[in-house]
This record gives sequence, structure tokens and C-alpha cells, in this order.
Amino acid sequence: MTDDTIGGRGVNAPDVVRRDLSTEALLTVRDLRVEFGKKGQRPTTAVDEVTFEIRRGEHLGIVGESGSGKSVTSLAIMGLLPATGVRVSGQIMFDGEDLLAASEKRMRDVRGRDIAMIFQDPMTSLNPVVTIGTQISEVIRGHRDMGKAEANERAVELLRKVAMPDPGRRMKEYPHQLSGGMRQRVLIAIALANEPQLLIADEPTTALDVTIQAQILEILKQVVADTGTALIMITHDLGVVAGLCDSVHVMYQGRVVESAQRRPLFAEPRHPYTGGLLASVPRLDSPRGQPLKPIPGSPTDVLPWTQGCAFTPRCANRIDTCTEKTPALKIEGQRALRCFNPLTLSSAGGATP
Amino acid sequence: MTMAPPLMSPSDPMLGVDPEHGTSLWRGAWRRLRRNPVAILGALLVLAFVLIAVFASALAPYAANSREWASEVTLTSVPGPREGNLLGIDRYGSDLYSQLLYGARQSLIIGVVSTLLGLVVGAMLGILAGGLGAKVDMVVMRIVDILLSIPSLLLAVSIVAVLGQNRYAVMIAIASAQVPVFARLLRGTMLSQARSDYVLAATSLGLRRRTIVMGHVLPNSLGPTIVQATLNLSTAVIEVAALSFLGLGESDPAVAEWGRMLVAAQDRFASSPQLALWPGLAIAVSALGFTLLGEALREALDPKGRR
Ligand SMILES: Nc1ncnc2c1ncn2[C@@H]1O[C@H](COP(=O)(O)OP(=O)(O)O)[C@@H](O)[C@H]1O
Ligand SMILES: [Mg+2]
Repeated sequence: MTDDTIGGRGVNAPDVVRRDLSTEALLTVRDLRVEFGKKGQRPTTAVDEVTFEIRRGEHLGIVGESGSGKSVTSLAIMGLLPATGVRVSGQIMFDGEDLLAASEKRMRDVRGRDIAMIFQDPMTSLNPVVTIGTQISEVIRGHRDMGKAEANERAVELLRKVAMPDPGRRMKEYPHQLSGGMRQRVLIAIALANEPQLLIADEPTTALDVTIQAQILEILKQVVADTGTALIMITHDLGVVAGLCDSVHVMYQGRVVESAQRRPLFAEPRHPYTGGLLASVPRLDSPRGQPLKPIPGSPTDVLPWTQGCAFTPRCANRIDTCTEKTPALKIEGQRALRCFNPLTLSSAGGATP
Repeated sequence: MTMAPPLMSPSDPMLGVDPEHGTSLWRGAWRRLRRNPVAILGALLVLAFVLIAVFASALAPYAANSREWASEVTLTSVPGPREGNLLGIDRYGSDLYSQLLYGARQSLIIGVVSTLLGLVVGAMLGILAGGLGAKVDMVVMRIVDILLSIPSLLLAVSIVAVLGQNRYAVMIAIASAQVPVFARLLRGTMLSQARSDYVLAATSLGLRRRTIVMGHVLPNSLGPTIVQATLNLSTAVIEVAALSFLGLGESDPAVAEWGRMLVAAQDRFASSPQLALWPGLAIAVSALGFTLLGEALREALDPKGRR
């Protein structure tokens, strides 16, 4: 019971809807590494050794503070990193095809039809001078042979699905006539227009008003469950993951530091960073008045991964080894952990208050 | 204001923009424009200019180039303002006021046509450069650089030398000088728009490059170009006069034209300064109208001014 009650955002988090997850992986990311480098400068590694897989219909969370490489990971999957100044290596297998090796033309077919993405800022992700209706229907028509009228009908239906009030009228409106929450609904509708197999939501609620966040999450959860779409939920907020995800990957400075199924991760975080993230989320079951504990230091206090564990400067559990060697991601049963001195059950802030 | 709407419409068929794309931005700009006194003054000046050009023959008390009073023009003087000739007589013995009104027609037609020509060609080059990727961009911009490196007066003289001394040569000459301006401006705006979130979002949805460029990037990039076109109308009006002042314009002396009226005024300037004053004022005021309107339009479309 305890692990599901996280999420003080009013997301009442019942058990994730039972879904039949196939055993076959839909997307497998293996050893993904993304380096940015301007000519003459030393390249910076934004993402390294990222490995995960998501099955059809699964909901996977990627959690980490800002700058941890979450967006770069999702852009790499979509093939949307800039063409120059970036080196991407590793493997991104989608439905048996390596997307990193796919042509731009092939990627255009995949994007918006097989994999869709929702971006963080609904204020800037819609074209300001194009009507909502056109922005939805052109995505439908871009991927299938459909007349204008039929596409418009489908667009209205999609708007209804994301609980947009008065969808017929919204079709003719422009983004500036809608609130942030309404725009994010439109973006969800657009992303789901062609019933993709995989939806990547990159902090879809971060830019929204707190009161709207729960609503949008609920809608997203609903439509994704209805269509059986696999979801990668990217967030810096473990509370968002609580009622939604089957598995969680915690990233720090471009690397996964801990990944596990949601329940064990919330019940017993092993990486001090995961523990810190959990302690900084408001919990419904925490004793009244118990202060939230933010992780000390800032995400800029890092050691390069090449010289040790990047989290060391902020870690309460650090030992000498942490600055001597780089920890590897070790798999222990159902969990993967990158830490020399993990939290033990008693010290972990997870299971019992 | 009669001029503005066709220019302002982003659904200009010449540019091949989907008519469904883009109006709200323009509607907002229109609202701000209506509240701006500078815009209203500019619009009134432009409106007066256009009305005079269109209805010149109805408004003018005498026929164009009538030379009715040619006998009264002497080597050193021309009759000044008097009963029946509001501004006096011009150097060839026609009514100066009437000639001035007919002159509006030349300035407007040549100014507008040459600016439109420059806009269309420049915009096409700009779209190619800004929308088709780095290689096309390289080639197109080198061509534009070459065009830009030729002094515009030299270009005008060469074009007139090739095409002969007529209004089409003037139009092409003025347009050629404008092409690089529009091409560079539109390219730059499109390249910066291409970096915006909504373009990344559109790309993430698998839309074709053509759709993204023509349907998303271009409608969002037209503002500065349209402002520039309005401002260029002002320069074009002056250039029409300047070219004919230099003897490169319309060769038919029967066609009233402000620039040539200035030439004709030169040798009587001491005795009859009104011969230069009125055409000069006409050029300045009509150019001012476009400048005020263009600046107001710039303000109305400025992203910082938007909510
Ligand atoms: N275009 C880019 N050029 C250079 N560095 C980049 C670029 N995009 C992202 N980065 C770097 O990659 C790292 C991860 O960024 P990002 O994935 O956006 O983080 P997150 O989404 O987790 O907040 C950051 O340190 C950022 O500076
Ligand atoms: Mg991000």
C-alpha cells in the first residue's frame, strides 16, 4: 500500500490499471551514448551507457533532475538530435529495426505514426499561426491516405478523447486562444492521432500550473490505457511516476544509476540519489509536519563519471572508493544499481515512515 | 490602407502558402495597428497617394501634358499660382497641379510593381535558401551575394542600357536592387524560426519538410519581410524619381513623372522655386507615408509587443 500513496499532487494513485504486458520488447536501447562537441572543443558526454527496454503497453519512467540527459535520450530515440556537432552511438532497436541506422526518410515514417512525442512546453510546441484543427488533421493526413473532411472528423473525435470542451469550436481556434492545459491536451491529441505504439512524454506537466498537472496526467493515463500505447514518461518528479509507471529508471548526469520495478524502487530505494529524490517528494503517509528533505547541493556539483561516481559531492553515503573508481551498473535480481555503498533497508527512507 | 491587405495576407497564392495557415498573428497586428496614431497617419498618406494615382484624370482640372499655356513660358520664368492654375504653370506650359496629380500614377505603379517583383523573386530565393537545407542555401546565397556586390546604380544603368529607356527597365532595375534584401531577410527569419519548438514538434510528428517549410516556418517568417516591403515602397518611390532625374527613366516627355519634373525645374529654380518644391514635396510625403506605415507595422508585428 505504502508505495502507491506517494504523489502529493492530488494524483490519487490507485494501482496501475492491470495491463497485459507482452514479454517481447518493443523498444530496446542499448549502450546509448550521446556526445556534443563543437569543433576544437572537448566533447561533452550528455548521455552514456544508457540501456533499457520497454515492452508493448508498458509504462516506463525516466526520472532525474534537470540536465541529467532525459531529453537528449528521448531526442536520440526520435532521431531528432541536430545533424552536426553530435555523436550518437549504441543501439536503438524498435520493433526489430535499428533506428540509429535508419534513413531520414524512414524515420519520418516512424515519427508520428509508430513513435510520437509530447514536449515539455505546450506554449511553444504549437504553431502560433495555424489553427488547432489543421495542426491535428495534417498529422493524420501526413501518415495515411485520408480526405480533409474525414481527417477533420477524426481530429474532433481526438479532441473529445482528451476531454476538450467544445471540440468542434476549438478546431477553428489558434493556440493563443487556449490555456496551457488546453494546449497540452491538443498536443496529446496530436501525438495520439495515428495511434502510435510508443509515446514519449518529456515532462508533459512541468510547464503547467500545479492545479492542472493532475488533470493532464489523468487524461494522458486514460488515453494511453485505452489504446494500449507503450509510454515513456520522462519527469524530474517521482510523484508523477507513482501512479503511472511499471518500471523506473533513475538517471544522474547522463547515466542510469538505479532501475527497478516501481514498487520495489519506491519501497526500498538503494541508490542514495533515488533515496534523496524520494525524500523530497511529499507523501500522503508521512507524519504531519515532517519536513521534506531536499537533496543537498545542486546538480552542478558533479564529478565527471570518468573519475568516480558523479553523485559523490552530494552524497551522504560516500566512501573513499567513490572518488577512486567509476561504479558500474550491477544487476542484482530485478534491480540494476550503480553504487559502491548503497542504502540498506534500514537506512532507506522508503518502506516505513 | 487599400494597399496593405493584399500585401499583408500570408495566404498569398504567389508564395504557395496553404490558405488555412496563419491569420491570428495578423489579426492581432491589425488590432494594434488600428490603435496606433502613427499607423493611421501613414495609412492616410498612403491612401491619399493611391487615390490620387487611381483617380488622377478625374481629380486633375486639365488634361495631362496639355501645354495650354506654353506661350506664357519664357526662357527665364514661368507663370506662378493664379486663378485657374492653383500651383501655376510648369516648364512646358501645362498646369503644374494637374501634372503633379498625374505624376502620382507613375511613382505608384513603378514603385509598387518593382517592389512586388523584388519581393516575389527575393522571397522565392529566400525560401529556397532557408527551407531546402545547407547546400541549396550555400548556392543561393552566393548568387545573392554577387547581386548585392554590384552597386545598384551601376546595375540600373546596365539594365536600362540593355532594355532601353522605358518604365519596364526602371522596374527591373529597382526590383533587382531589392531582391537580395528580401532574400536575405526571409532566409534569416526562416532559419531562426526553424530552430523553434513548434518546428521540432512538427518534425517529431513525421511531417514532410515541404509541409513544415511552407505551412509552418514560412507563415511565421513573413512578418519582417512584409514590413520591409512596405518600407521598400518608400525607397522605390524615391528611386523612381532618382532614376528619371538621372535621365534613366521614362523617355516619353508626355508622361508626367515627379523625378523628371525636378529636372525640368533645375534651370528655373531661382525664379520659380515652386517648380521644384511641389514635386519634391510629393516625393517626400508619399515616401514618408510608406515609411510611417512600415514602421508601425513593424511595431505591431514585433514579438515583444505580443502577449
Ligand atoms: N544541443 C546541445 N548541445 C550541447 N549540449 C547539450 C545540447 N542539448 C543538451 N545538452 C547537454 O546535455 C545534457 C543533458 O541535457 P537534457 O537531456 O536536456 O537534460 P534533461 O532533459 O534531463 O533536463 C545537459 O548537460 C545539456 O547541457
Ligand atoms: Mg529535459
